[in-house]
Amino acid sequence: MVLIRNSPFRLSGLPCRIVQTLLIAIAICFSVGATDPQARFNDLGHKMMCTCGCGQVLLECNHVGCPVSGGMRDELSNGIASGMNDSLVLQSFVQRYGATVLAAPTTEGFDLVAWIMPFAVSATALIGTILLVRNWAKNQPKLASASSSQSPAQIKAEEELRERIRRETGTD
Amino acid sequence: MAAFGSFALLIGLALAAYNLFAGGIALRLLAVGGEARVSPERLAETARRAGIAGFAAVTAAAFALSWSVFHNDFSIEYIVEHSNIALPAPYKFAALWSGQEGSLLLWAWLLAAYGFVLRLTHKSDVKLHAYAGTILAGVQVFFLLLLNFAAPPFSLVRGGIAPADGNGLNPLLQYPEMVIHPPMLYLGYVGFTVPFAFALGALMMRYPGEKWIHITRRWTMFTWMFLTIGIFLGMHWAYAVLGWGGYWGWDPVENASLMPWLTGTAFLHSVMMQEKRGMMKSWNVWLIFATFMLSILGTLLTRAGLVSSVHAFAQSSIGNWFVGFLVLVAAVCIFTYVLQRDHLKSEHRVESLVSRESSFLFNNLVLLAACFTILWGTLFPVLSEYVEGTKTTLSGAYYSHIAVPIGVFLLLLTGVGPLLAWRASSFRSLRRNFILPGIGFLATAIVLIAVGLKPWADEGVFYSLMTFSLAVAVATAVASEFLRGAAVVHRQTGKDYFSSTVLLIRRSTRRYGGYLVHFGVVIIFIGFAGYAFNRSAEKPMATGDKMEIGPYTLVNMGNTQESNPNYDTEFSLLDVYQNGKKVLDQPMAPEKRVYAVNGQPQTMVANHSTMRWDLYVVYEGRDSTTGLPIIKAFLNPLVMWIWVGLVVVVFGTLVALVPSLSPARAIVAVPVPKSDSMTGQAAAVGLTGGGD
Repeated sequence: MVLIRNSPFRLSGLPCRIVQTLLIAIAICFSVGATDPQARFNDLGHKMMCTCGCGQVLLECNHVGCPVSGGMRDELSNGIASGMNDSLVLQSFVQRYGATVLAAPTTEGFDLVAWIMPFAVSATALIGTILLVRNWAKNQPKLASASSSQSPAQIKAEEELRERIRRETGTD
Repeated sequence: MAAFGSFALLIGLALAAYNLFAGGIALRLLAVGGEARVSPERLAETARRAGIAGFAAVTAAAFALSWSVFHNDFSIEYIVEHSNIALPAPYKFAALWSGQEGSLLLWAWLLAAYGFVLRLTHKSDVKLHAYAGTILAGVQVFFLLLLNFAAPPFSLVRGGIAPADGNGLNPLLQYPEMVIHPPMLYLGYVGFTVPFAFALGALMMRYPGEKWIHITRRWTMFTWMFLTIGIFLGMHWAYAVLGWGGYWGWDPVENASLMPWLTGTAFLHSVMMQEKRGMMKSWNVWLIFATFMLSILGTLLTRAGLVSSVHAFAQSSIGNWFVGFLVLVAAVCIFTYVLQRDHLKSEHRVESLVSRESSFLFNNLVLLAACFTILWGTLFPVLSEYVEGTKTTLSGAYYSHIAVPIGVFLLLLTGVGPLLAWRASSFRSLRRNFILPGIGFLATAIVLIAVGLKPWADEGVFYSLMTFSLAVAVATAVASEFLRGAAVVHRQTGKDYFSSTVLLIRRSTRRYGGYLVHFGVVIIFIGFAGYAFNRSAEKPMATGDKMEIGPYTLVNMGNTQESNPNYDTEFSLLDVYQNGKKVLDQPMAPEKRVYAVNGQPQTMVANHSTMRWDLYVVYEGRDSTTGLPIIKAFLNPLVMWIWVGLVVVVFGTLVALVPSLSPARAIVAVPVPKSDSMTGQAAAVGLTGGGD
């Protein structure tokens, strides 16, 4: 709190109210989308697979006379109409058809690894690269000065030439 | 003809094996300087000639299979399984690669063809070509072993009695793009064997300098271009044939083609760092090793039945062969690298986080992160089955959460990279280079929100907004690079801006070809971003019924059935109106075909494509209760941009493949004023000309 009070980025008065209003507006937008039955049907229908073996998302299964997707769609509509929340609807489908009905892994147990791994690997590689480049950049002057055999006059002339090239070509 | 084809394959195997062993012995003798009855140079030459003759043998086998398909030789099992008498001629070509054995033969033939060109052009560097040719022969031996013993395309039908007709070609493959999509894709897959062979050969012989990269640069770009075309043709085929309204389903086979593309793209970028500054030598070698191994892994994934895929037409039990080969390749690569790694020490290091080198590094990182994500997603069902006992499904929903942010970041780097200077960028140059793209980004975001886009309401809309804004920023960056360069040439030569731009591109085809490729990628991403706004409607339609979708009204003018020897078809004729006016002279005719020979159904989508959106109509079949045809219509925004973007990418790659004007010619072409600054100007022109 002390930090916030002393911070130059502290918000008060009108700006604070604007930020609060924006946050409430965003929250309303999200909640409005979440309660619309048709939007929920579309959203949930894209979170499940058709189990006929076509390998397509439930609402995208386009097989003529598919013996499964029609019933699953009706089941989904009934689940939404009965007042179940999204999580319960998905759970009821998992109980009936098994975990393979879900179009994406859950966020529990081993399935969580599916979500975490790409981000973990990317973040590790990103941080590792940044640290490596910073380390290289820090050690660069030492390497350069140790290996440099050019006189100061040569270095100055080269710098001037480079600057001239930049100026005349409009590039770096 | 079956016997001829089988013998041709056997001879091809013998020649490839001779090339491998004789070439290997010759190179060993040359390396250690040992004495032998035959001089190593002559032995290496016989190996090279065996490789050239091998191409003739495999070509003869491919010809034998083509001849058999076109002459309906149903004594051959493969022809029975993949062709029939009524199959139209172009699809008889497609039958060659529609099955396991045929597609392996296509692979072997393309490999032999690449090897043929490589061995003919050996004079540019005899020793390096000898190494590369021998490694290539090793890969050829593997594929020819498969064709001779594991998946022979000339096996005769069981019982020896040829049936009167064949089972026909899979209906999904009876589409014009299917005649060219697999060869394009295979040209890409197989083509990466060449840079792989050169990289491994250069490492084995501790080849000094970057010559192997100069030799393989065009091979790699050529290969990359074909892989790109192949992937996009596959997307277009999926869009036009599968009838679910999309072009990319994250199917394991699609993923398998994308992974080597991603590492190949990373390689194309990072080799520039090796060429310019002698950096990333180990990284580049491993990138091309990985690209080749991913090509093999993709084949393993889709043919071993390891992961389930809608592309199930080419599965079999040859997976173990591929596992063995992959392990062998990995072992050879690791062994060679460990033995020779001191040869790959970098001459320079990245000096600043804000530099062209860093941007290449991050570009590589993002491409590899994308590749890992796709590999992880493709293999996760197998892992989850092993750990939990049930296969977890990973559909587009998973990938859109993981891969889309990576893609957007990649688009950002596409624009940022070229704006940074080599070694380090000054704050002044950063401000100068980024101000216009930055304004473009913000202005686009504000305008799109003002016209009604709500990025806070939906994840897809958020990423679309980011993509549109970044696309404008990157396009601005690319355009400003062209304009800045053209202005310099205009000042130097006095030519008009158009001629100056042409001269600018000719002076540095690789650099400006690359920018054109980036511009194409921007256009493609705009097309992808449209996916968030797809709409669809579906209803049974009797004659005279109407259906509204977006600004269009579809009116059913009638439902018809027709037959020909190959298939029966039923379709609806739909007139399209917009604001009361008829949009199309001819009605749209989505159809459903049922093939006579095997009773398999096939969707033929009707698509009215414009730059704004596609009106994509599917005949889904007949309603079981009313008997009325069910019509599903999609309004898919900006899809055309994807195909236009591909054309720009291919054009940019072709430009980059053309040799630049030599620095001497470029300098001579410029009337340099006689003044004290002459040396500086000449240097400037030389640098601009060659500065990729």
